[in-house]
Amino acid sequence: MTSSNQTRSPEQALLSVKDLAMMYGNRIGCQNISFDLRPGEVLGIVGESGSGKSTLLNCISAQLKPTFGSVSYHTRHDGEQNLFEDMSEPERRFLMRTDWAFVHQNPRDGLRMGVSAGANIGERLMAVGWRHYGNIRDTATDWLGKVEISTERLDDLPSTFSGGMQQRLQIARNLVTAPRLVFMDEPTGGLDVSVQAKLLDLLRGLVQNLGLSVVIVTHDLAVARLLSHRLMVMKSGHVVESGLTDQVLDDPQDPYTQLLVSSILQS
Amino acid sequence: MSQNTTASSYNYAYLDEQTKRMIRRALLKAVAIPGYQVPFAGREMPMPYGWGTGGVQVTATVIGPSDTLKVIDQGSDDTTNAVSIRQFFEKTADIDTTEKTKEATVIQTRHRIPEEALTEGQILVYQVPIPEPLRFLEPRETETRKMHALEEYGLMHVKLYEDISRHGHIATTYAYPVKVNGRYVMDPSPTPKFDNPKMDNCAALQLFGAGREKRIYAIPPYTKVQSLDFEDHPFEIQSWDQDCALCGSTDSFLDEVILDDKGNRMFVCSDSDYCQSRRDDSISPPVEHSLAQASQMQSVNSEASK
Repeated sequence: MTSSNQTRSPEQALLSVKDLAMMYGNRIGCQNISFDLRPGEVLGIVGESGSGKSTLLNCISAQLKPTFGSVSYHTRHDGEQNLFEDMSEPERRFLMRTDWAFVHQNPRDGLRMGVSAGANIGERLMAVGWRHYGNIRDTATDWLGKVEISTERLDDLPSTFSGGMQQRLQIARNLVTAPRLVFMDEPTGGLDVSVQAKLLDLLRGLVQNLGLSVVIVTHDLAVARLLSHRLMVMKSGHVVESGLTDQVLDDPQDPYTQLLVSSILQS
Repeated sequence: MSQNTTASSYNYAYLDEQTKRMIRRALLKAVAIPGYQVPFAGREMPMPYGWGTGGVQVTATVIGPSDTLKVIDQGSDDTTNAVSIRQFFEKTADIDTTEKTKEATVIQTRHRIPEEALTEGQILVYQVPIPEPLRFLEPRETETRKMHALEEYGLMHVKLYEDISRHGHIATTYAYPVKVNGRYVMDPSPTPKFDNPKMDNCAALQLFGAGREKRIYAIPPYTKVQSLDFEDHPFEIQSWDQDCALCGSTDSFLDEVILDDKGNRMFVCSDSDYCQSRRDDSISPPVEHSLAQASQMQSVNSEASK
């Protein structure tokens, strides 16, 4: 792996999920899910649509309260905290806009379309108390460069951006507060292949340089192979197989994973 | 219509007593939590929304027979909105009215705070169209309420940021957001930002009524009211490079009055009572136009700017 030089600290997990289940009435969203995410690690969650990937992502990113089980996060100051029992809603919301980031599949869900790119990037900064226009603007310009958008576009509305640029803007807007944990829901969905490749390159660089921990949900195995260190394969709300990415994709054990892997066109 | 027939047809000050009690409860809560928007069961008033139904309900609730009422619209006492609301209360509440800021105990206003400093014991009632300062950035009421509850006001600065990036300065000139008592961000109704400093540490009680949106909020006397800004783009009020053409005032809010179709214009005080009293006090006002013509123009202009 390219990121082998990264300090893979054996100590405490950043995010720890135990026996998580989400029920929609009698229907299962996801069930029996336990995993640990360590600092700097990228975890891919793959599976067909309806397999509970997004439900799981919403539960562990505190947007949906799970029916059973616990999600704990290792906070900067107070150590390990159970998201739904130890933390209050204001604390969770604060976490979401500082230490965490959420990249939506559709950039329109993650961006504020009515204000300029600069304001989009600056929003999180202003939310954590930045009150110096010049500094906010400089930081926004800086980030626009990091996601390879021309800095001349700083004052343009996101609606004048292409799909790929919007997605990159969304990433910049999320990473500006230097989060430690990033959730991504199909970040490359809806983009054409060349733009996808560029975005993946960018993401891989950012993840490596900033030492981010990432949970990435995707149905695209190529994306998972490129970005993630570990992989969880989901089907009907259950994890059917998990392990190192290469291991799972090159030597799938579960029949469903075998089907999934063999269904990709070999190039 | 005589006072007697009115009194027998309507309850005192138009609203029934139960409604007044309900509004008073909302007012008490609003005063207890400065800047917090208290929902209330706004009634239909005999005027269209947008003409001050919220302010009228608040005034009707706080007013009594010993009160003296002043009503202003864009600073002027003699525009349609001001005249009709004043007449409404003359008919239904049997009160004295005045145009003098000093003499009034209750002042209902649309768009301006009188230039003359308000005093203890006075109540200033604002007519508010949209009470939610975050509304144009966040359309969901559930979300804006949560943002107020959790004091998440970063979004308000996003608006100011956007102003500066588009115009080079904070271009919001009215309904300029303020933070009340260090806690709630509040929309001071569409008053020009020129009036924001007057709200700070004001001796009078300030009540805000939004009829269509059914919200009441308040600033108790001597409360800190701070206009939001950036460190490198501090809050500023409007200024003019001319003085009032009628009274020569250098520090009041001026209206631009178009005099003819040849590009001639003059600037006059928007607060008509302030302007008049300054003219009464001084012997030689600096005027080049006849007073009658000018004050006629002034009321025409206030009318037109509605």
